[in-house]
Amino acid sequence: MSVNTLKIDGIDVAVEAGTTILKAAKQAGIPIPTLCHLEGVSDVGACRLCLVEIKSNPNLVPSCVTEALEAMEILTQTEQLQEYRKMIVELLFAEGNHVCAVCVANNNCQLQDVAIEVGMDHTRFNYRFPQRDVDLSHPLFGIDHNRCILCTRCVRVCAEIETAHVWNVAFRGAAAKIVSGLNQPWGDVDACTSCGKCVDACPTGSIFRKGDTTAETTKDRSKVEFLSNAREKHQWTR
Amino acid sequence: MDKIKFATVWLAGCSGCHMSFLDLDEFLFDVAEAVDVVYSPVASDIKHYPDNVDVCLVEGAIANEENLELLLEVRKKTKFLISFGDCAVTANVPAMRNMLNGTDPVLKRCYLELSDDSGQIPKDPHIVPELLEKVQPIHHIVDVDLFLPGCPPSAQRIKDAIAPLLKEEKPVMKGREMIKFG
Repeated sequence: MSVNTLKIDGIDVAVEAGTTILKAAKQAGIPIPTLCHLEGVSDVGACRLCLVEIKSNPNLVPSCVTEALEAMEILTQTEQLQEYRKMIVELLFAEGNHVCAVCVANNNCQLQDVAIEVGMDHTRFNYRFPQRDVDLSHPLFGIDHNRCILCTRCVRVCAEIETAHVWNVAFRGAAAKIVSGLNQPWGDVDACTSCGKCVDACPTGSIFRKGDTTAETTKDRSKVEFLSNAREKHQWTR
Repeated sequence: MDKIKFATVWLAGCSGCHMSFLDLDEFLFDVAEAVDVVYSPVASDIKHYPDNVDVCLVEGAIANEENLELLLEVRKKTKFLISFGDCAVTANVPAMRNMLNGTDPVLKRCYLELSDDSGQIPKDPHIVPELLEKVQPIHHIVDVDLFLPGCPPSAQRIKDAIAPLLKEEKPVMKGREMIKFG
């Protein structure tokens, strides 16, 4: 097995070939903020929070889907990157309808956490206040599109771990939306096994258990990673 | 040294931020020592916003014409304006009517659908301030010098934000304790 050696923020790192920059940084103890990344499912580079700078490359790259190659020199915390990350989070807040004060996931939300991490105390962008709906047709769960950031973690966990593929992204641009089945009410989708993995995978309060009220939702964030390790590495306990 | 001229303003919010301010308990004595409260719904009876205010906490979003008028006046007459709480910073719950597109659905629901048969939407000028088409956070209308988010910001957070100001220093707004929304 070949090994790549590289520098991340001046720290020497050696990783197996095929390792992403995000994983290599984690191994070196360098935190990079993420939202669409979820241990246990594939990466898609949707949120752009994990962008890093590679010396000799004029473009910033998403570290979750970029391989850590031999002799790379990577910077993860430049002023420019920190500013871009803050802007991304501000844009996410301005794009949807995120009202922490009345959200089921208040205090248990990765969008809220990442806002703190990047130091966002307000958004400089105009709020869009889009008209979005809430689907409560499923007997156990609900999806509130107002709180959705289109990270597609639900799509991936359902397709890759539960292999039911209930979720997908439909429409384009500002109208893009997570849909269940063939854009049917969630409760009408026979493929849904009601396993609840999408609830745990969702970083915000968008997918939630019915009956939860403000700040009551708890999410088992490492469940998907555990299931994936159980399947692939036969680690049956955690 | 002259005392700091201090004001608080309550716009479109639930007054929870002001309640949290009162929750400062004995620290209020220190505040009272350092400032002259020149305008406040909870600490003063003065009806008109005075000139030359040093620091003002502004609670609430901008939802109606009165909010807008007062905010513009506050900005003009205040050196250091603090956006106080999530409604001021993000427009928060008051802005949830923005998703309904305009004021009609809100007025109809409040004054007609939920009333007995005698309900009517108030129209006479200068009685009830007219709603603005869109509720906005205050920094979308005027410049803000400090953002103090939270719904409400805890008394401790308020203290950590204003204690440095009383010593003419700027507080560090960083970390979960200081900037978490909600």
